[in-house]
Amino acid sequence: MSPATLAAARAPEHRAAAGFFRTYLYATDHKMIAKQYLLLGLVMALVGGFLSYAMRWQLAWPDTEVPGFGFVGPETFNVLVTNHGTIMVFFVAMPILLGSFGNFLIPLMIGARDMAFPRLNALSFWLLALGSAVVVASFFVPGGAASAGWTGYPPLSAKTEYTGVDWGLNLWLLAHAIEFAAFLLGGVNFLTTVVTLRAPGLTVGRLPLVIWQQATAAILFLLSVGPLIAGAIMLLMDRLAGTGFFLPERGGEPLLWQHLFWFFGHPEVYVVLLPALGAVLEVFPVFSRKPIFGYRLIVWATLVAGALSFVVWAHHMFVSGMDPRLAMPFSITTILISVPFALAVFAMLASLYRGSIAFELPMLWGLGFLAMFTVGGLTGIFLGSAPADIYLNGTYFVVAHFHYTLISAVIFGGYAGIYYWFPKMFGRMLGTRLGHVHFWSTLVFFNLVFFPLHWIGIAGMVRRIANPLQYDLVAPHQWINVVSTVALFGLILSQLVFLLNFGLSQWRGRAAPGNPWEAATLEWTTPSPPPHGNWGDAMPSVERGPYEYSVPGAGRDWLPQRVGAAGAGGRS
Amino acid sequence: MFLSWLPENVSSFGRDIDGIIALVYYITLAWFVVTMGTLVVFVVRYRRRPGRPAGYIKGDRWREAAWVLVPLALVLVLDFWIDFKGARVWAKVKIEAPQSDVVIRVTGKQFNWVITYPGPDGRFDTADDRTLLDELHIPAGRPVRLTLESKDVIHSFFLPNLRLKQDVLPGRSIPAWLDAMTPGQYELPCAYLCGLGHSGMKGALVAHAPADWDRWVAEQWAADRTARR
Repeated sequence: MSPATLAAARAPEHRAAAGFFRTYLYATDHKMIAKQYLLLGLVMALVGGFLSYAMRWQLAWPDTEVPGFGFVGPETFNVLVTNHGTIMVFFVAMPILLGSFGNFLIPLMIGARDMAFPRLNALSFWLLALGSAVVVASFFVPGGAASAGWTGYPPLSAKTEYTGVDWGLNLWLLAHAIEFAAFLLGGVNFLTTVVTLRAPGLTVGRLPLVIWQQATAAILFLLSVGPLIAGAIMLLMDRLAGTGFFLPERGGEPLLWQHLFWFFGHPEVYVVLLPALGAVLEVFPVFSRKPIFGYRLIVWATLVAGALSFVVWAHHMFVSGMDPRLAMPFSITTILISVPFALAVFAMLASLYRGSIAFELPMLWGLGFLAMFTVGGLTGIFLGSAPADIYLNGTYFVVAHFHYTLISAVIFGGYAGIYYWFPKMFGRMLGTRLGHVHFWSTLVFFNLVFFPLHWIGIAGMVRRIANPLQYDLVAPHQWINVVSTVALFGLILSQLVFLLNFGLSQWRGRAAPGNPWEAATLEWTTPSPPPHGNWGDAMPSVERGPYEYSVPGAGRDWLPQRVGAAGAGGRS
Repeated sequence: MFLSWLPENVSSFGRDIDGIIALVYYITLAWFVVTMGTLVVFVVRYRRRPGRPAGYIKGDRWREAAWVLVPLALVLVLDFWIDFKGARVWAKVKIEAPQSDVVIRVTGKQFNWVITYPGPDGRFDTADDRTLLDELHIPAGRPVRLTLESKDVIHSFFLPNLRLKQDVLPGRSIPAWLDAMTPGQYELPCAYLCGLGHSGMKGALVAHAPADWDRWVAEQWAADRTARR
């Protein structure tokens, strides 16, 4: 038997025979694992969002009782900033954009039955679930949870006496180690799958861009995370075994941690951003009925940005005390990274030119991503300039900047993907009325929360202070903190609208056809939702690129990638 | 939109830093207007209408790719402009410290700035040192050299009105310099998370006019002079 027929033979009827345990808990089907990641990410987003609520309440009305949380004050405030950052980056953005999207899309878009290593895949997810549980558990140990910032700079993080936090910080480090192990295994799986399991005819030049972005993200993560794992173990040793890697009184060097952290930390930004950008790049052609503009240029830009991301890390450290002569080389590489991302933005704009643009919900989120990401990218130039960063480093300008980049990725890019692939994932259409409420309220409230924070940062408000009223330069602008906090209530409520829509559509939503958007990529040639094994008896093969829309003389405005699918009806 | 939010600047290099911020601001503002303007025009003009098909434009020929590559070349040129203008300012603030006869040691600790003056003998850690808490007195109008240290964790020495920031690290002495052209009192917050008391860890920079500075110095070391007589 050839491998293809073997795979076909074991595929069908698998799920029907499986019980609850095999279907939902010990699942090896990539689509179920994708749903597990999505659910985990959404649950952790509720936790991270709740922390931001308590944090922003404290900033608007310092040292007053936070409804539903209690008194915050400076000690708890440091716990809130630290864990809000950790949870949102490592336990929300990565599970949703990599874990869920990557797992769901890679096999379906390359014509495979599953990931290359399905059981390893299940292990990755459950490790991540364990890591999430450890982070949540760290709130309940004596001494409380970690409070040394999401970047955990030693010496503050290296000795219990500096923060008063004991096992909370050890567990915080342990959770990172588990999380990294989970995504290391996941990354190996992603790459192996993309390299070895592509359908016949699916050359790398015909891969959908989101697959390029997922694979690049996996490579960036694999290459960058090693130094941070080493750093995390060294820090844990400093805390538990009396070593002094980061403690000067024992011969160590605090700056070493910053180099290790940011050598990982900057590629990590693109690990989160690229899958979101990829999702939006899938959405644009479908809803403007045009090929994506400059497929090859975008692939090259992705690879160049990925490579550059390894030589920019010290832009987080301009004023850290490292040799000041290092600043300008890193400033130049940092500002250069605007080139590949500007190319992506220009290519997206050019993809709209002479399009036939339909404002369906995935497209609205995609356009929102483009606009918000542009703001975040442009404010990054201020911080990339070493002399401007002398002033802006560590202020709320930085906070505003990275929320415009990360939230444009996780919220706008993430929802573009969720609204686009929801019908395929769950076999139902996501409600459009609540969807519009969700999109427009998110757009308005997001900007109200974060845009004014640029101003208060420029005015001199530094990060991670629990009480802005203690500062003469900041107190006159306190109204900005109040506006931002009130808008955050709206932003959180908007996300509850999404959860309501998500839940309602699961059983009340209109049944989704196989290809509701008339899209050309492979995943839309399966039923919604696809069965276990994805393709039934007929494995797909591919005859053209992923974005053949409005081809002159084709008869209709799209040509599917899959051989033999061109004859099939559009909304079958 | 951004520039008017900057607090008053009183240092000589602060003007240069504000100049770089303004340069970046106008460049990025122009890109923002062009990009968002294009987006809005395209979205309105090319919205779906019955009977109007989309164009088949792949951007894989050089003539089409030029639409994005030409603006991209402009991005590159502007990037280098920002870098070259910035390099000079960076060197002025962080590398080429001017000579000064006033040298002060600032030590961060949880949760204060400890300010040490070497006294008439010009040497630290001798009997005529003077130590103040959270008050950094300097003469206005001339450069002052600082030695920045920390006793425990990382703090960040931040003078918003002077556009100066420098992290301080335990185990290191980091040189810095500053000047305040206008006499007055300016806020000196810690700009890096340093523990429970980070919020509210702040001192004051007091820049004295020349006559006022001589009087302040005389007051500080009056006791020494009496002892020596």
